[in-house]
Amino acid sequence: MEWIKSILASQVGFSVVFAFLVINIMMLVVTYCIYFERKISAWIQDRIGPNRVGPAGVIQPFADGLKFFLKEDWVPPWADKVLFVLAPISLFFLALIGFAVVPWAGKLHWPWMPEGACVDTQVASIDIGLLYVLAVGGLHVYSIVLGGWASGSKFPVYGGLRGTAQALSYEIPMGLGLFVIIVATGSLRLEEVLAQQARMWHIGGVPVWPAWQVFLHPLTFLLVVVAMFAETNRLPFDFTEAEQELVGGYHTEYSALKFGAFYLAEYANMITLSAIVTVLFLGGWHWPGVSGEWTSIWAVLLRFAIIWIKIILFLFLFMWVRWTLPRLRYDQLMHLAWLGLVPMGLALVAWTAVLALFGWQNSWLAPVGEIVIFVIVVAIAALRPAVVTGRQPDLPPIPTGAEGAGQ
Amino acid sequence: MADWRDTDVIRLEAPKLTPLERTYLPQIAQGLGVTFRHMFQKKFTLQYPEEKRKMRIQNYRGFHRLNRDEQGRVACVACFMCPSICPAQCIYVVAGEAPWPDREKYPVKFEIDELRCIFCGMCEESCPVDAIELTPEYGLLGYTREEMLFDKEKLLRMYDLTKDYKPRKSPKITGYPKPVDKRATSTHESL
Repeated sequence: MEWIKSILASQVGFSVVFAFLVINIMMLVVTYCIYFERKISAWIQDRIGPNRVGPAGVIQPFADGLKFFLKEDWVPPWADKVLFVLAPISLFFLALIGFAVVPWAGKLHWPWMPEGACVDTQVASIDIGLLYVLAVGGLHVYSIVLGGWASGSKFPVYGGLRGTAQALSYEIPMGLGLFVIIVATGSLRLEEVLAQQARMWHIGGVPVWPAWQVFLHPLTFLLVVVAMFAETNRLPFDFTEAEQELVGGYHTEYSALKFGAFYLAEYANMITLSAIVTVLFLGGWHWPGVSGEWTSIWAVLLRFAIIWIKIILFLFLFMWVRWTLPRLRYDQLMHLAWLGLVPMGLALVAWTAVLALFGWQNSWLAPVGEIVIFVIVVAIAALRPAVVTGRQPDLPPIPTGAEGAGQ
Repeated sequence: MADWRDTDVIRLEAPKLTPLERTYLPQIAQGLGVTFRHMFQKKFTLQYPEEKRKMRIQNYRGFHRLNRDEQGRVACVACFMCPSICPAQCIYVVAGEAPWPDREKYPVKFEIDELRCIFCGMCEESCPVDAIELTPEYGLLGYTREEMLFDKEKLLRMYDLTKDYKPRKSPKITGYPKPVDKRATSTHESL
């Protein structure tokens, strides 16, 4: 027993144990994401959804998983075998390593540890946490384009190529949004960003409202969320697998467990990004009344529950939006990124930088300025000339039947 | 090849959007509101095998039954009308001498291959004693082809199960309609 205690008391040992724990929790949540995706789609469409396997269908995701095991695992003979197998593995891997920098639940003190010593409930506390998040998120599209290319047929390649252009376009607003946070907090460490959200706003000496970044930078939050939808290839930005256009997109040729890995990785990626946005904007495990000073195992569990509730609400938003909005057209996607989000992100960065110059980046000027930028952006979007698409009435008339039509 | 004109083409123009609509933001909020409301609305799902939708068509043509007469005997007189008219040739009857005084023949064997049947209802129309009828039952399943080969006992059992159901009869045809077209009249007369 002593050696277990000593492992849990050392940061490295605890990180390994904690990583194992979090991966398992994540896999469980991923499983139930699939279940709730189906349930929520059903509820929105006035249906009931899966309810046969187990009470209210709660074992359904396991039945789905078992199905993936039993299906024929077909590899196209024209595929690049190595890359074809590597693509889902790498996507899954990337989706799982992203959470390593998430500060899950603050500091933990075991009773057998010396007084004042604590371990971090974070797998890796690295100085460049935010850059790590961006790097892992950027690598994500490689797996998709790899899967599309290795399949060796047309639709997967289209899916992969679309994914590349989309990821390139939306990395920029994402990076600009995160840059606002970097400027505002002056740190790339996620736990430092989080620590700045611990304080409360006071009115007359009474703490009334948590100073989360979402209230300081509402438009940045919106920008990052939109970019996040694009990064995770969720509707309305699921261009890599647009069924009506590309059959299955990059995973058209995949079957059985390899398809399952793609499927799970999509959700794992959603959870990782939700966790990061929760930490950056929604105060992570902070909640009014819950203190970071508490270090007992129960306090850690409470904070762990709080962050997971926030993540789950975020996942609900993902699903809610998915079953509400139709997919954009490809040119609309590019318009939104390059003519909408990128200029808006630049304006936000400029505004926050100006404020940071005077040390006002956490004052009321930040949200007011962001709201002004939002109004300006909306006004420009509303008043600019409409994008003209489709056949125009001033084109020459279609030739009449006799002389025209193919002869 | 094509025989259309430019005037045949209907040109549609996209509806003009107001400036606020052009940003799509109110529409997105509205859409999210609609879907959120629907999450709590009454569901239209019918739990099929347990709950069945009320059959709203009175003369739905489902699986067959072989009627019994008042004394509980099979009503069929083995006249071979139904196997003769059946377009799918799925009815197989073996006639035998009736053990009862009120008729000459009765079916010793009466089999319908329900997998072959196209549910056209011709057997029901052709039956002179209304012995074979189609019921509104549609949910009978079998694991093998043999199970779906309904014999006389099974068809009589179908009658016991659906006794209360009376199929709506087509009106009796009492004579051929009078020809109205002059050309048709001449053709008719020349025949």
